[in-house]
Amino acid sequence: MTTERKIRLTVNGKAYESLVPVRMTLVDFLRGELDLTGTHVGCEHGVCGACTILVDGSAMRSCLMLAVQADGANLMTVEGLAEGPELHPLQRAFQRNHALQCGFCTPGLLMTAYEFLRDTSSPTEEQVREGISGNICRCTGYAPIVQAILDVSQEAG
Amino acid sequence: MVQQYIGASITRKEDERFLTGRATFADDVKLPGMLHAAFVRSPHAHARIVAIDTTAALAIPGVVAIFTYEDIADLAKPIPVRLYPLPSLEPFLQYPLAQDKVRYVGDPVAIVIADSRYVGEDALDVIDVTYEPLPAVVDIEDSLRDETIIHEAPGTNLAAHYVVSTGDIDQAFRDAEYTRKERFKTNRHTGNPLETRGMVVAYDSGELTVWGATKVPHFNREVLSSLLDFPEEKMHFVEGDVGGGFGIRGEFYPEDFLVPFAAMRLGRPVKWMEDRLEHLIAANHSRDVLCDIEIAMKKDGAILGIRAQVYGDMGGYIRTHGSLVPASTAGLLMGPYNVPAYECGVHCVITNKTGVGTFRAPGRYESCFIRERLLDMAAADLGIDPAELRFKNLIQPSQMPYNAGRTRADGDTIFDSGNYPQGLTRALDQIGYAETNPKRWVDEAGRYHGIGIATYVKNTGRGPYEGARIVISGTGDVAVYLGITTMGQGHETTMAQICADSLGVSMDAVTIYHGNTDYIPFGGGTYGSRGTVMGGNAVHLACQNMKERILSLASTYLDTEPANLVLQTGEIFRKGTEQGPALLSLGEIACLAEVPGSNEEGSGTLETTAYFEADQLTFSYGSHAAHVAVDPETGKIEIIHYVVVEDIGRAINPLMVHGQAVGGAAQGIGATLLEELVYDDSGQLLAGSFMDYLLPTSTDVPPIESIVLEEAPSPLNPLGVKGAGEGGIVATGATLANAVSNALAPLGVQITQLPISPNFIAKLLSS
Repeated sequence: MTTERKIRLTVNGKAYESLVPVRMTLVDFLRGELDLTGTHVGCEHGVCGACTILVDGSAMRSCLMLAVQADGANLMTVEGLAEGPELHPLQRAFQRNHALQCGFCTPGLLMTAYEFLRDTSSPTEEQVREGISGNICRCTGYAPIVQAILDVSQEAG
Repeated sequence: MVQQYIGASITRKEDERFLTGRATFADDVKLPGMLHAAFVRSPHAHARIVAIDTTAALAIPGVVAIFTYEDIADLAKPIPVRLYPLPSLEPFLQYPLAQDKVRYVGDPVAIVIADSRYVGEDALDVIDVTYEPLPAVVDIEDSLRDETIIHEAPGTNLAAHYVVSTGDIDQAFRDAEYTRKERFKTNRHTGNPLETRGMVVAYDSGELTVWGATKVPHFNREVLSSLLDFPEEKMHFVEGDVGGGFGIRGEFYPEDFLVPFAAMRLGRPVKWMEDRLEHLIAANHSRDVLCDIEIAMKKDGAILGIRAQVYGDMGGYIRTHGSLVPASTAGLLMGPYNVPAYECGVHCVITNKTGVGTFRAPGRYESCFIRERLLDMAAADLGIDPAELRFKNLIQPSQMPYNAGRTRADGDTIFDSGNYPQGLTRALDQIGYAETNPKRWVDEAGRYHGIGIATYVKNTGRGPYEGARIVISGTGDVAVYLGITTMGQGHETTMAQICADSLGVSMDAVTIYHGNTDYIPFGGGTYGSRGTVMGGNAVHLACQNMKERILSLASTYLDTEPANLVLQTGEIFRKGTEQGPALLSLGEIACLAEVPGSNEEGSGTLETTAYFEADQLTFSYGSHAAHVAVDPETGKIEIIHYVVVEDIGRAINPLMVHGQAVGGAAQGIGATLLEELVYDDSGQLLAGSFMDYLLPTSTDVPPIESIVLEEAPSPLNPLGVKGAGEGGIVATGATLANAVSNALAPLGVQITQLPISPNFIAKLLSS
């Protein structure tokens, strides 16, 4: 019933080659086949943003992509954010500002924020709110997340 | 005692695993040979099941089994009520699978077990269920006419009805100089934790393990044991990390029987992860309440009495929360005020919709909206400022503890402590109430501005008990095992703060373990803002016992009296010489306690278990205030300023208490302005995805100011704490409705139902 295709891709700097069913979503591939379970599934219809990863540098919903569409791509997931035991400044700022409670949305928000700060220097609060408006957080009310992102942009000067 | 940790805004110990993607949520559990479950759910709101044909589905490679009611018939028992039971609710309980009828869209009809979820969903497509559709009942008033009966055996759609009362209500209305009667309705919506429900169940060598349990694992283990007829001690419920609770998650649902049943029957691990579309039709809805209310007052605004009828739309079955939502609406409808006479009828009404359970501040969000709206209407009628009207009626600190009378079926409501006027004053100061005159105006852009306020009281810290077990090892490490669970509340930090201070050790030495039924024999779980009140005090109590034991061991070894010794920063000092040197370390004491093979009393590991008991509730309280601007062209509401004031007696970790208040308020703001589980006349859910059911995003939630008060520690527990989880949400509906009604009063708009969506505003303005 299901056809398979071989794909080659890079995730967090590591090369993978895998035979995948063509109907498998990218998020299921990352979680189920590569055991990269940091990327979460919250709605499976592209609204909540919990599954956000970087695909060739752009933040994407991995629940709305098939694994075969990522053939040849360079992916980054939340597992690729910290450098060894050293947390990324965004991760440290999230902790400092209590920007996570249940932590389920956190990986997706971190990846969205990573792309946002790379592309937007010295953002205003309004820009940050706009920038993360595609990621739903049910716990924090967003203010501490916004503050964490602003903190990092200010640290970066 | 040297206080170092309680009251400090310490960042969370648990954060790192969530930030790095190493947390273990239910769907992250993967076992060898694991199968996957998917559910056949009714597409009809009300129908008879004529036939189920699974032949084609079973022929699909990778489909392992399909179970229908027939397969569970030998075991089938209804899922029992956990909270707010009433005898009359029994015939309305839900069985794990529909037998001959379905009663809501989403009612489980069969469970498919397959090699993968993908194959399982292929099977769902070809399972042929023949239904004979019946008329659907989707409205409380229609349901009460009993023209279409949803459960044949009891022969009525009214699952429960009772009356609570206190004082002489007839006298109150005879003495009234002013009365007003109104009908209010709160919108059906739900908590929507970002992680959907899910579990992995393994049955191996006669032991059953359930990963993904949360909220009330011990209770759910007991229920599963009864439903499967399998011994409780051979069941192990493991929590892992949990992506939000909010009332909905962790209750015992049909799937909580069916997935373990399948794992046992097949002898292989089974995973089920709910998808979001399933979640919106299968997991509990909440807040669907209709209320007719009448108030009796003096002309000066003094409340004489309130009488009301509360109707809860319970959905197709009574679920684990029993009558809780309407019962709790009635329970605190009188709020933090002196209400000499009160009478309320409570009605649990069955309809062809998803079953109802709790959502953060269940019944209290509803009652706060109803009462506070009515008070604003009365204030306007009587020409009294809304704040003044409230001050006139608020219970005074000198009246504490205050018995509000029999407002619940199970006993009196007794407020333990509080300075309610102070809670309101702080909110008014923060919003600039006195300086803002008038309290409504129209700006140059034509937007209508208004200030709205509401006060609330919220019961927290439900008993009857909670446990904590402490084990100190030879390394001096302190392990604390909790009976409560955690769904994002940060207990690994707050409980460590309590332990460190109560015992006299460094917080770094403390590790918190939670959510495993093997850790501690009894646990009440986490709900209704009970975690810190019940769990925190259990930790405190266990620490007190442990400290006594440590000092006793140390005094024997040092040949002195325990009273001459102190335990501080994990070391024993002679009293008066705490600057050093230390006489013994905690690890050394643990070694003193460890006498392997000895039956002598007091030997063995340095370990203690304590249960904190409570037969009364602690009541948090406070006020919210909001300044809104409404665009009459678009119906859009902008929240310009939002203030939450909450007194929780004592804040263990202010950073996290503010987090709860702001997060709760954000949920309430979304629920009040955006969220509604809309059904059509045939019982189809029209808001069944996040495309139609709008959750608040970062551009919808305004900055929220949270003020945490510690004016009135609870006299009911040694830590003086009250629950902090719900004060942020409880008054959001009331406050925003009052602000919008105030703003639009010149246009003749009074909000009596939620949500206050732009289209609703537009509809009100056009009528």
